Amino acid sequence: MSESIIQLRGIAKVYRVGVETIHALRGVDLDIGRNEMVAIMGSSGSGKSTLMNMLGCLDRPTSGEYMLGGRLVSAMKTDELALIRNEEIGFVFQSFELLARQTALENVELPLMYSATAGGFRARRERALSALQRVGLGNRVDHRPNQLSGGQKQRVAIARAILNNPKILMADEPTGNLDSATTAEILALFTRIYREGQTIIIVTHENDVAAHCQRVVRLRDGRILSDLSAEEDFEVSPYVEEARATQRRRAAAEEAAA
Amino acid sequence: MSNASAPSRKGAKGEGRGLTIFFFLKAIGMALSQIWANKTRSFLTALGIIVGVASVTAVIAALTGLKAKVLSEFESVGAARLYVFPNRPDNVPRAKFPWEKCRLKVSEAQAIMDQCPSIKGISPIVDLPMSVESDTELIDGMTVNGIWPAWHDAVGRKVMRGRPFSQIDIDTARQVALVNEAAVTELKIDTDGNGGLGEHILLGGRRFLVVGVVETTQAKMLGMNSSEAEIFIPFSVAEKLLDGWYFMQFAAIATSPETAEEAKAEVEYVMRRQRGLQPDDPDTFRVAALDQYINQFKSLASGVTAIAGGIVGISLLVGGIGIMNIMLVSVSERTREIGLRKAVGATSAAILLQFLLEAVTLTVLGGIAGLVIGKLMAVSLTYIPGANLEQADVPAWAVILSIVFSAGVGVAFGMFPAYKASRLDPIEALRHE
Ligand SMILES: Nc1ncnc2c1ncn2[C@@H]1O[C@H](COP(=O)(O)OP(=O)(O)O)[C@@H](O)[C@H]1O
Ligand SMILES: [Mg+2]
Repeated sequence: MSESIIQLRGIAKVYRVGVETIHALRGVDLDIGRNEMVAIMGSSGSGKSTLMNMLGCLDRPTSGEYMLGGRLVSAMKTDELALIRNEEIGFVFQSFELLARQTALENVELPLMYSATAGGFRARRERALSALQRVGLGNRVDHRPNQLSGGQKQRVAIARAILNNPKILMADEPTGNLDSATTAEILALFTRIYREGQTIIIVTHENDVAAHCQRVVRLRDGRILSDLSAEEDFEVSPYVEEARATQRRRAAAEEAAA
Repeated sequence: MSNASAPSRKGAKGEGRGLTIFFFLKAIGMALSQIWANKTRSFLTALGIIVGVASVTAVIAALTGLKAKVLSEFESVGAARLYVFPNRPDNVPRAKFPWEKCRLKVSEAQAIMDQCPSIKGISPIVDLPMSVESDTELIDGMTVNGIWPAWHDAVGRKVMRGRPFSQIDIDTARQVALVNEAAVTELKIDTDGNGGLGEHILLGGRRFLVVGVVETTQAKMLGMNSSEAEIFIPFSVAEKLLDGWYFMQFAAIATSPETAEEAKAEVEYVMRRQRGLQPDDPDTFRVAALDQYINQFKSLASGVTAIAGGIVGISLLVGGIGIMNIMLVSVSERTREIGLRKAVGATSAAILLQFLLEAVTLTVLGGIAGLVIGKLMAVSLTYIPGANLEQADVPAWAVILSIVFSAGVGVAFGMFPAYKASRLDPIEALRHE
């Protein structure tokens, strides 16, 4: 197996709300290797978002160590984390987070605004263009978000996330706002980017989404409940019965239609 | 793939971290699109600054025009001129400096002429109220001035027709007179088409020959309006007619405008010595140079400028509060955007700078709009007839100052909202709404 680019050791996150202490994460150990595609699953409140924010360097753990690409990011200062986010991490959000008044190309270019090493005007333009082409939107460069469909918006967001060839691409419920056909389209895009060598982490509660990943990490109450390959996970999944039932219904419906 | 090269590449990328020209271009571009997208709101917000800058620009333009006009008028009078007046010092016993000790004497004029190297010419001027008679007219209480030939130079009034006084006129106390155009008209002495020359007039019962007509003074600024009739006679003649009380002053001219200051000091020195004043005695005379009036006017003008500055300060303050308000609204409306920007790598400093630039862009645009309006007002001022503002113009320093002040307001009042934006936690911000 390839070497780990992510190493979490005893990561804990404690929130204090008034007199109450909330243990969002209670000692998470996790290794993720180069070019893996991992789903993080779990019920609401299990700590998925907290873990995601930690992995994406938006937040720092209360205790524990986080090594990203051999560097101890859990000890870094706010501005150093901003630099890491700019260069090593790409985010995809459930609600796209595109700037309404900017074109697709300008939206994709956004991270370069905060980069001192992205080269000249031409280089920046070309990089954003090639990212848009990679997600199949080379013909929508000058469209604004309100001229794009939901799936296209998410493609723009993905182009923005992969612009800097990040070490990890993080997606938080990336298909949460999309219909099933568009979901399939976006998942196919993630799979293609993964095949091109990208490491991807997707937070989701949908088994369909997890099924596209190679590995599924399940959380419960701030701890890792299971960490299995997608096939193994499918067998032991508490949702497996439900998933099989759905499959059977779908097959029956197709038969009836035929 | 290449494990060894990966860290070094990232290491190199980390160097030279800072905000680039691209950041500034993008930030200003985004500010402009933000302002354009909220046209009405932006305009209303910037209105305070537009009005403030426009009004101060117009006031400064008007003052600049007035100043240019007044100074050129002073210039035509001549900055090399000096006047000496008797002056009884304040705050000293009346007995110590009685009027007789203060009033000027001809010997003092002579001493100034002889001893002040920077004085080119001097003339005593003495006023004698007299009755004046021509063949047909009789005017009582007309002012007749006794002068020396240097008077023409000293006050800058030439003889238009005929001749000036000569030294012989003075030395031999000839009964000759110079008049001005108004006197010719009032006395109706232009009988033979000679413009009054060669006519005789009676001054206090004595017969005088009119030998010349002097030009009417342009020095209206100093209240020497000479639309009235004036008659001049040799000082030596006037001296004989003087009784107990008389008023005398000196008019002098320095060798050049540059030496006027020096000439003034020399005159003061000579006068004090002539009068035997002790070092701690006050002056019993006063020397006035034209640059004093110029300075007085200049300080008046800068006083008005300062008041205008105060007014603009208040409107900029009001405008600034509007800017702060609108920027706070903008920050709260764009909380998610700020979260996103931080997520893709914006540092707090970058966010702070970005929002400051937005506020500054807004205020500078307001300042520029104000300048344009002020300039238009200045141009229209020049068309007001009789307002003496033909030279009204917006000076370069006012343009620069307006822009700098507008930008300053943007920085001062945009700082708090920008700081608020920069402190937002990206996770919280992305969860906003
Ligand atoms: N900023 C916060 N302040 C206080 N408690 C928080 C905060 N963020 C998350 N939590 C708590 O931490 C726990 C884990 O939350 P989260 O990571 O959002 O779970 P998930 O994304 O799996 O729903 C929850 O109990 C949540 O209420
Ligand atoms: Mg969550």
